[in-house]
Amino acid sequence: MADQNAFAEQAMQYAPQLYSAALRMTHNQADAEDLVQEAYLRGFRSYHTFAEGTNLRAWLFRILTNAYINKYRAKQRRPQEIELGDTEELYLYKRVGSFESAVASLSAEDQFLDMFTDDEVKQAVEDLPTNFRIPVLLADVEGFAYKEIAEMLDIPIGTVMSRLHRGRKAMQRALYGYAEARGLVSIPSDPPDSDSSEFDTD
Amino acid sequence: MADCKQTIRELDAFLDDELTDEVRGHIHDHLDGCMDCLQAFDFQAELKLAIRRKCRNDEMPDGLLGRIEMCFNEDFDGDGIIGPPKT
Repeated sequence: MADQNAFAEQAMQYAPQLYSAALRMTHNQADAEDLVQEAYLRGFRSYHTFAEGTNLRAWLFRILTNAYINKYRAKQRRPQEIELGDTEELYLYKRVGSFESAVASLSAEDQFLDMFTDDEVKQAVEDLPTNFRIPVLLADVEGFAYKEIAEMLDIPIGTVMSRLHRGRKAMQRALYGYAEARGLVSIPSDPPDSDSSEFDTD
Repeated sequence: MADCKQTIRELDAFLDDELTDEVRGHIHDHLDGCMDCLQAFDFQAELKLAIRRKCRNDEMPDGLLGRIEMCFNEDFDGDGIIGPPKT
C-alpha cells in the first residue's frame, strides 16, 4: 500500500506539467489552479489505491483529466461531442511552399515552425473541442502512449487515434490561419488540390 | 515495402512510436528511398516537437505549490478529515 507521505514527496515534481495541461483545458489561470489543486487533493486521498511501481505521472494526469471532464462537462447541458470538419492530410506541410516564398531566408523546418509564437500554438490547442483537445494534449504535449490515453479517457484505442488525427489536422489549419492573418503568407498563389492523393503511388 | 499512401497513413503512429517493429521496418524502408515522404515525416516530427516545446512553458502562479501542500496537512474541505476518508 502506498504511503501518503510518499505521495507528497513524489507527486509535487509534476505540478508544473499538470498546471500547463490544466491551463490548456480550462483556458484561464484561476480555473487551472483550482483544477490542479483538486487533482492533488484527490490524488492524496486516494493514494492508497495507487499501485506502487506503476506510473505516478500517468496516474496524476488521469485524475486531472477526469476532474476536468466531470467538473466542466457538468456546466454544459448537452454532452460535448463536437465534430470537426474534414481537413486534408498534411494540411500545413503542403502549404509550406508558399511560406518559404514569403520568407526568403527560411530553410529548416524548425525555423519555419518557430515563426509561430507560443501563444499561437497554445491557442490552436485550446481552440480544439474538448474531445479532441484532451487526446492532443496527452499525446503531443505530455507524450503518453495511445494505450495510456485510452485508459485515462475510458475510450477505445481506435477512438484515441482518430481523435488525435483529426485534432492535429484542425490545429494545422488554425496555425495556417494565424500565419495568414499575420501576413506571413500572401494570397496563396497555388493552393494545393484538396482532393489530391498523398503523393503518387506509382 | 510500403507505398506512399500506406506510409502517410502510418505517419501518426510512426511518430508516436506506436507501430510494431515489422510495420516500422516497412515504413523505414520506404522512407529510405522516398524524399517526398521523408520530408513530410520530418516536417510533422518538427511540428510535434514545436507543439510540445511551446505548450509546456507556463509559469506556475506564486503560491500554488504552497496551496497544494496545504491540502496534505489541513482539513482542506472542512469534512473533519485529513487524508483519505476512513473506511
